[in-house]
Amino acid sequence: MSDTQRAEKVSSEDEQQTIINDFQIVIATVNGTGSQTANTILLRSLFRMGIPVCGKNIFPSNIQGLPTWFTVRVSKDGYVARKGTSEVLVAMNQVTIGEDIDSLPAGGVCIYPADWKVTERGDIHMYPVPVKELLKSADVPSNLRDYVSNMVYVGTLAALIEIEMGEIEEALKFHFSGKTRAAEMNMMVVKAAYDWAMGHLPAANPYRVKRLDLTKNMIMLDGNSAGALGAIFGGVTLVAWYPITPSTSLVDALREYVQDMRLDPETGKATCAVVQAEDELAAIGMVIGAGWAGGRAMTATSGPGISLMSEFAGLSYFAEIPAVIWDVQRVGPSTGLPTRTSQGDVLSAYFLGHGDSKHIVLLPSSLKEAFEFGWRALDLADRFQTLVLVLSDLDLGMNSWMSEPFEYPGEPIDRGKVLTAEDLTRLGTFSRYKDVDGDGIAYRTLPGTKHPLAAYFTRGTGHDEHAIYSERPEHWVANTERLNRKFDTARSAVPAPVIDEVEGAQFGVIAYGTTHPAVVEGRDLLRRKDIEFDYLRLRALPPGDDVRKFIEKHLRCYVFENNSDGQMAKILQTEYPELAPRIISLAHLDGLPLTADRLVTLLLQKENA
Amino acid sequence: MASSVRENEIGLERGDYAGRPTTLCKGCGHNSISNQIISVAYDMSIDPTRVVKLSGIGCSSKSPAYFMSRSHGFNALHGRMPAVATGATTVNKDLIAIGVSGDGDTGSIGLGQFKHMVRRNIPVVYIVENNGVYALTKGQFSATADQGQQLKYAGVNELPPIDICLEAIAAEASFVARSFAGDPGQVRELLKAALSHRGTAVLDIISPCVTFNNHETSTKSYPWGKQHQEVLQDITYVPYADPIMVDYSAGAVIVVEMHDRSHLWLKKIEPGSHDPTNKIASLTLLEESREKNLFPTGLIYVDEDRPAFNEVSHLVDEPLVSLPDEKLRPPREALEQVIAKLS
Repeated sequence: MSDTQRAEKVSSEDEQQTIINDFQIVIATVNGTGSQTANTILLRSLFRMGIPVCGKNIFPSNIQGLPTWFTVRVSKDGYVARKGTSEVLVAMNQVTIGEDIDSLPAGGVCIYPADWKVTERGDIHMYPVPVKELLKSADVPSNLRDYVSNMVYVGTLAALIEIEMGEIEEALKFHFSGKTRAAEMNMMVVKAAYDWAMGHLPAANPYRVKRLDLTKNMIMLDGNSAGALGAIFGGVTLVAWYPITPSTSLVDALREYVQDMRLDPETGKATCAVVQAEDELAAIGMVIGAGWAGGRAMTATSGPGISLMSEFAGLSYFAEIPAVIWDVQRVGPSTGLPTRTSQGDVLSAYFLGHGDSKHIVLLPSSLKEAFEFGWRALDLADRFQTLVLVLSDLDLGMNSWMSEPFEYPGEPIDRGKVLTAEDLTRLGTFSRYKDVDGDGIAYRTLPGTKHPLAAYFTRGTGHDEHAIYSERPEHWVANTERLNRKFDTARSAVPAPVIDEVEGAQFGVIAYGTTHPAVVEGRDLLRRKDIEFDYLRLRALPPGDDVRKFIEKHLRCYVFENNSDGQMAKILQTEYPELAPRIISLAHLDGLPLTADRLVTLLLQKENA
Repeated sequence: MASSVRENEIGLERGDYAGRPTTLCKGCGHNSISNQIISVAYDMSIDPTRVVKLSGIGCSSKSPAYFMSRSHGFNALHGRMPAVATGATTVNKDLIAIGVSGDGDTGSIGLGQFKHMVRRNIPVVYIVENNGVYALTKGQFSATADQGQQLKYAGVNELPPIDICLEAIAAEASFVARSFAGDPGQVRELLKAALSHRGTAVLDIISPCVTFNNHETSTKSYPWGKQHQEVLQDITYVPYADPIMVDYSAGAVIVVEMHDRSHLWLKKIEPGSHDPTNKIASLTLLEESREKNLFPTGLIYVDEDRPAFNEVSHLVDEPLVSLPDEKLRPPREALEQVIAKLS
């Protein structure tokens, strides 16, 4: 029996309903074989068809040779969480094809190269595709075939699930902006595969896409680029960094944005320095030096980087120097799973450094928030003269998300409490660490201020309110109390949580960052089981009064997060010890973004226990 | 003008360059260096509000509190001052950065940052107050301690010393000098030259620790230094505006033009002596001194052609910290253009 005949047999025996705009495609490839372009084209052409999509790259720590999977979820309901099961498989990795086929549900679809021997499976649609022959027939120069070979599965999928060819062409033009020849050559291969599939593959496949109108005016980007863009509009003047996955693309994007938007029109010279440091210690040291001198400075790193930066983090807190760290989290401890996502740095970020140090932490969960926190972090750092950590993660940072357009910052750049020479003349006095306004935030001067009163001595050692070295207990206590006062001031100045309360809620759910999409979808799933909950999405630490009130309202508050120890639950229990028993951790970490199914399972297990 | 309180060209007295009272030991070499910094800044009429004093951790790193209280100071982390200097001078190129470090701060914990600062040619006068010993922790060997040296508690040092000047030149330093805290005149002239240099100026100054390492067998002691110092050149710093002609017979003087158009007149002590513009000769001098346990002091290597980091960073001419908000935040249309490309 030929493969085609088999596919027909499946369809006649197992009449399936057509499933439109509600499934997941997984493309299994070998790392380093250039599938990224093909995957991007798929994603963007679906997006252009008005269908909500989300693309996730599940890749290895490797340049070439190890397996990688790219999932494209299409969802008429707009869900963008990862789905545990993919229904449509493009099997382009001979090593994993067995397990990839095994992972398909009954009625699933598998596209694979016709010259590979595969294990039979009767309950799915198998579509062998003559990749090599199609490439030959597409009239592509032989030396370029490798670059375009992945377009074969784009064309095949287009025929099978009915992606509009016009949108693929537009997506190619977008991707190869200006490079007409490259776009045309890729389109030739797509067309050849499409024509072949239309003529040879039966229409038994139940999974289809159909034009919707749900992505109008939306954009598609990754969170690292959004964060970088936010920093550009936040007036960042120095970025010092050391390459580390998954934060590297944030600075790569930022460098490009500097070239686009931060060059002096007359001289062509930049208004932002980007310095690749020798390690993370130096990167944060440069940020601290710049912040001290009045720069708007940041770095981007991941878990191992913040471990190295912890001594400087304490200095920033104690000597009160503005600094911003973007921590694009990956799985730790140690090198962990360097190309997988996690929310595992929450505890260490909040308390980074030795002694009694604590920091403002921002928790973006969307592109829009990545952009907003990109500029707001710099403002908060200057306002509070302290370190601000933005905790993104690999899922938000490196995957492709839809978003409404970003909003231009609605408030002017905030440089915080900085005294000029004129101020000093008017005041006639200056004490660097004196709490003049009662909010715990003292005034500072910048080096280079031309006034005899301007100078002060910055140190990580004990100091009095005049910045003079002191080991006196009363000075230490007074300074600590002021720092705590300042931290309390921050509670109402950081982005407030988003609270969504519903009638008949049986409990509360708390989440943050990239666990949010799973909560949104899981909430709908539970609603069908008549289970309702109130939802608080944290957007920053330290938490404010609204968080306490939310917990007080609920006897049970489940905290979802992508780590093993329930780090945010622990922070909330410490912040509100009298409410600790109500705060129940449902932490889970396996390296992949949380799914709605897993969230529901974890919740029901606890609720029914 | 009264001679007792003489004002310099910007109307400041020497006292305006003073710092807080030192808390270092009486006789410590570091205090002498602080005093030379005060004298030089006063003599050169440097505006103290343009100066930033940076340091790491250690006895040496405390000393920025003891000179120039009208300048902002930053006592940072152990071995990490180079990064702080990089950040500060990159966002404000108008600052005059004076860094004070020690042999532990530079030669051990901070060796990596030191070499990368030198490699980048960050504009900073980087002084290493080198005494071969960890004093704040009460007398352990540092990485510059002599091989075979004996200390009361630490025992015998079996390892060869790191030569800070050699490390600097290996990292493409553009200004390297060695001096001795017991020779304040030389320290002053080298400081003036360093302050006129466009990139990193490394001054490795042997600065004896009177409490833990000042015995005659130590090459970091006053007695040993006084006995063994071999002055490479007689240095005279000639400011750009100063028309003084130094009367040296032709051929006996090497003249180095600094980037700010001031000049260094280096009078040779003897014919055929060291040429600090020759890198190989400088490396040879240091290596031979190391082998033979000699103590040559003076300007070891200089390259005024190498641009400083901020000259190769392609940044606007104005200091970044002085840019108005409208130059830092692109206009609304810029965001709209980016968004249009992403939809």
